[in-house]
Amino acid sequence: MGNHALSYGAMLGRSQVIAAYPITPQTQVVELLSEMCADKTLDATFIKVESEHSAMAACLGASLTGARTFTATSSQGLTLMHELLHWASGGRLPVVMGNINRAMAPGWSIWSDQNDSLSQRDTGWIQFYCANNQEVLDTVIQAFKVSEKLLIPSMVILDAFTLSHTYEVVDIPEQEKVDEFLPPFKPEITLTPDDPHAFGGLTSPEHYFELRYKLQKDMEKVEALIEKTGREYEKIFGRYLGIVEEHLCEDADLIFITSGTMGSTAKVAVDELRKEGIKVGNLRIKVFRPFPFEIVRNIVKRAKKVAVVDRNISYGHHGMFFQEVKSAVFGQTNGIPIFGFITGLGGRDITPSTFREIAQYAQEKEKPEENIVWIGVKK
Amino acid sequence: MKKKKQVQKIDFKSEKEFPLMPMSVGSMLFNKTGAWRNIKPVIDLENCIQCGICWKFCPDVAIIIEDEWPVIDYDYCKGCGLCAEECPSKCIAMVEEEK
Repeated sequence: MGNHALSYGAMLGRSQVIAAYPITPQTQVVELLSEMCADKTLDATFIKVESEHSAMAACLGASLTGARTFTATSSQGLTLMHELLHWASGGRLPVVMGNINRAMAPGWSIWSDQNDSLSQRDTGWIQFYCANNQEVLDTVIQAFKVSEKLLIPSMVILDAFTLSHTYEVVDIPEQEKVDEFLPPFKPEITLTPDDPHAFGGLTSPEHYFELRYKLQKDMEKVEALIEKTGREYEKIFGRYLGIVEEHLCEDADLIFITSGTMGSTAKVAVDELRKEGIKVGNLRIKVFRPFPFEIVRNIVKRAKKVAVVDRNISYGHHGMFFQEVKSAVFGQTNGIPIFGFITGLGGRDITPSTFREIAQYAQEKEKPEENIVWIGVKK
Repeated sequence: MKKKKQVQKIDFKSEKEFPLMPMSVGSMLFNKTGAWRNIKPVIDLENCIQCGICWKFCPDVAIIIEDEWPVIDYDYCKGCGLCAEECPSKCIAMVEEEK
């Protein structure tokens, strides 16, 4: 299952400290990791904590001492961590975390949507959205490398149940090969009694501004590094991660822009619609932060229309991928109509017929008449 | 006990000279929090029994032991009064600051 793919990624990445609190639908991630720690499959310290806030705090302390650190959470747990997510990125601690996309309460839900992770978008974390279990495992290993190189934490994100609890065949790489790809974490600065420092202490206006400037400047290097790391990984394991996945976008009149597992569903819909002579394509965005503005712009430019599909909402505005895509192409695409669709909140199924409905709407209308087109709401 | 680490304020012209993490920037060297104080502790050394409790309790590490006697670092003492409260021989008085 997707959750175990996360655990295996953390194991093969030789995590040294794991601190986590179980929460549905993430539980199996830490369940398996705690077993691995207990039976010494993984030589790591497993810290049991009383909340997600403490889980991240423990990860930060461990990371500061130079340990490779992993945790996983979901939804309410992630949002409880919110303060410490800023501490991780601001302190330049390359923690890698799995997050299972689960809708925020109330109403209490354990099913998938993206509002938990997307509401953490400004915390300075790299965000990867995965569509299958193999990608989950591969992403965790690469996330360690990317994060540790630039000292920026990473979130590896998968949909509740449709990925977290779905069994698929996954190729588990050999440990020696992963070791070859991912050397041990050796930060230049660490917390040690031999050379005491105050970390994250009072920082006056004279000093603070540059810290944020440097974080952003390094964030701007992430995209190129993911590409480079991805090629190194491909050379050893034959699979390339990349920033986006294009499916028949080259000659498409209408391009769907998707993320997570609905990206796979969209591919099925695209293939079906193509058989009926409708020229559609799918662009699945794998990395949301930093947002791949240029890549998206260059692909979108070729289409006649674009349909961004969001499984999330920024209340008072609209879908969050929609916002980003519009900002990516603003002033540069001669007014290609970009439609924003919201669907699947709280785990309502997104099926190929959802995409049929979206395609039909986008074909019928010349340009978007509203900022949100709701698909599947019982109006 | 190890020698106290010397801290320096980081002065920089370019961000390149600045650490990646907010780490030992030396801001406490010039941010003298003693200026926040309204009342200040004054130790009557005649009655001091050198127990070191004030030194242990001071939340701002503003009491230093010099030659076995407590000395208050007024550059950083915020005047919270914890030392006076905890002193078993009641030899620390909190007195009004004067301009």
